[in-house]
Amino acid sequence: MSDAEDKRPYRWGMVIDLDRCTGCEACVVACHAENNIRISGEAEAAQGRAINWIRIERYWEGEYPNVSAKFMPVLCQHCDNAPCEPVCPVYASYHTPDGLNAQVYNRCIGVRYCGNNCPYVARQFNWFDPHWDPPLEEQLNPDVSVRQNGIMEKCTFCVQRIRKAKEQAESEGRRVRDGEIVPACVQTCPTSALVFGDRNDPNSRVSILAQGDRGFHLLESLGTDPAITYLKRLS
Amino acid sequence: MATRDSVWNEMPAINRDLLAPLLTISARYLALVAGLATLVAAGAGVWLYQIETGIGQTNMHPPVFWSSYIASFVYWIGVSHSGTFISGVLRLTKAEWRRPITRIAELMTIISVMIAALCVFFHLGRVWRWYYLLPYPNQRQIWPDFRSPLMWDATAIFTYATASTIYLYLPLIPDFALARDRVGGWRQRLYALLCLGWKGSQQEWETLNTAIRIVTPLIVMVMVSVHSIVGWDFGMSLVPGWHTSIIAPYFVVGAVHSGLGMVAIGLYVVRRTYRLEGYIRSEHFDKLGKLLVVTTLTLAYLYFADQLTVWYGKKPDEMAILHSLVAGPYAVPFWTMIVLIYVGPLVLLTAPSFRAWPAGMMLMGVGINVGMYVERALIIVPPLTHPRLTYQWSDYFPAWSELVILAGALAMAVLLYVLLAKFVPLISIWEEKEGRLHAASR
Repeated sequence: MSDAEDKRPYRWGMVIDLDRCTGCEACVVACHAENNIRISGEAEAAQGRAINWIRIERYWEGEYPNVSAKFMPVLCQHCDNAPCEPVCPVYASYHTPDGLNAQVYNRCIGVRYCGNNCPYVARQFNWFDPHWDPPLEEQLNPDVSVRQNGIMEKCTFCVQRIRKAKEQAESEGRRVRDGEIVPACVQTCPTSALVFGDRNDPNSRVSILAQGDRGFHLLESLGTDPAITYLKRLS
Repeated sequence: MATRDSVWNEMPAINRDLLAPLLTISARYLALVAGLATLVAAGAGVWLYQIETGIGQTNMHPPVFWSSYIASFVYWIGVSHSGTFISGVLRLTKAEWRRPITRIAELMTIISVMIAALCVFFHLGRVWRWYYLLPYPNQRQIWPDFRSPLMWDATAIFTYATASTIYLYLPLIPDFALARDRVGGWRQRLYALLCLGWKGSQQEWETLNTAIRIVTPLIVMVMVSVHSIVGWDFGMSLVPGWHTSIIAPYFVVGAVHSGLGMVAIGLYVVRRTYRLEGYIRSEHFDKLGKLLVVTTLTLAYLYFADQLTVWYGKKPDEMAILHSLVAGPYAVPFWTMIVLIYVGPLVLLTAPSFRAWPAGMMLMGVGINVGMYVERALIIVPPLTHPRLTYQWSDYFPAWSELVILAGALAMAVLLYVLLAKFVPLISIWEEKEGRLHAASR
């Protein structure tokens, strides 16, 4: 039986192992380079306007001197029941058949309701036109559109890489193999804390890891049904 | 006690008094128009600058994606409820004291709906693509998403603006006919067009009264639904502090509260400017004051019910917001608001002597409106600055550009009113006459 007959759609998902994350922020840098994320200066960052599709939230636990830092990478959770989608008046925020939570840049008019309604504050807004100091504008990724002033953007799970792998697989008459798609953050993570894959494939690494007893979803009680599973040892 | 005959003798004086504003233009009037136009131009200039450079000219940043423009939108929609509430509800209940007030209030409705819509345009990130919100058959066959509360809102406001315009226009027809017969020049032709050839026959009066009787209950229902839907813009979200079922009735009552306050200001200014003390009497301020006591108590009750539930439940997401209001960074505006919209009105308006004092009622209207504006801002900002993931906690205060644009919008509202005062009789002339005849024959 060939893979080509498998008609199940893909259901992309990610696992983030908090026991492995060191908070090094390599994923943040890789995401910036891959996705043409604008460079926000110091002043904009101080205003809280620095755009990051993935960020490392740092929480302190305990009282000095017995204090430890906890790191949690937060990106768009690609919720199956996404609060950002129904509130958009123009269908700029919508759900792809693969379970991605997509943002249609051309359609967005910037009412920003989606930004308010995302409990993870994963959505980022272009307050101005983007700008890159030379020579950085020479290294933009040609596969990713540059977003203009006045629209929302956020993590796409590196949809350009997903597309490429899917087209390749389709031309060879098979399903995408596990590990064939590697988003930039996953590719760069030095401790392999991030894993990406198809949740519809029970044998994919992502499915196996997510079923472990360390798994939880962020703000699970809201019922947003995120595609990202966090792993954390309870101690 | 006036007899029917003596009332008939008053008619020429009523015509003269109430049409006078249409026939005179003073130097002070022109200076006021020029001053307001300058403010509007300043606001328009800053808005163009914001469109050209980016919405980043505001102080918004994640997670505060909505702020002063949306607060102003909610505020202006609230003010627009004055006209429909006063004239709709009072017409339905056949309250005689409504007669000199309805037109003044209905004009406020039309103008503030327009200003509210303008605030949405200030807010849009790509305002030059605003027409994506229209359900027009475009080439790609993409429609707006009617699951979004914002689309409900756009529909509701369009309905409200249309209905209020009809509601303002119907009782204006006999007055336009009167103006046609007494105002010369180019305006005569315009009035002749607008009064639809009104002759004043018995059949015309019956048709007009039937039309008003049909539209009045409809517009009251539209009014309640419009501000409920504005409330649901917030209520339908997951944001702690917004996601509450009480928000729709709370918004409706809050809207009427600020609207009544605005009517008190309007009554005072119109009465003073055009010396209409014989028409707008202290009795009217007294009745308005009593209505304001009702809205104060209702609003306070709803607010208390909401906050008590939050406080007793002690859910951390919502407690963070309540704490920031009561004793945190928003304590000063919060307690100012409590005094201006609850405590002040309750203490002063329950005193009959205060209600009979027009200047005091005007100041009370100003206080209530300032308080309600702060209240709108406090509904929007503190919940947004306290998202569930505490790492993202933030703060917000409007930028100078936001303040200039919004001041320009306020100036535009006043300017439109000032201009309309020279075109529309501010007191419904035929209804005033009808009221005096009713009183005389009772």
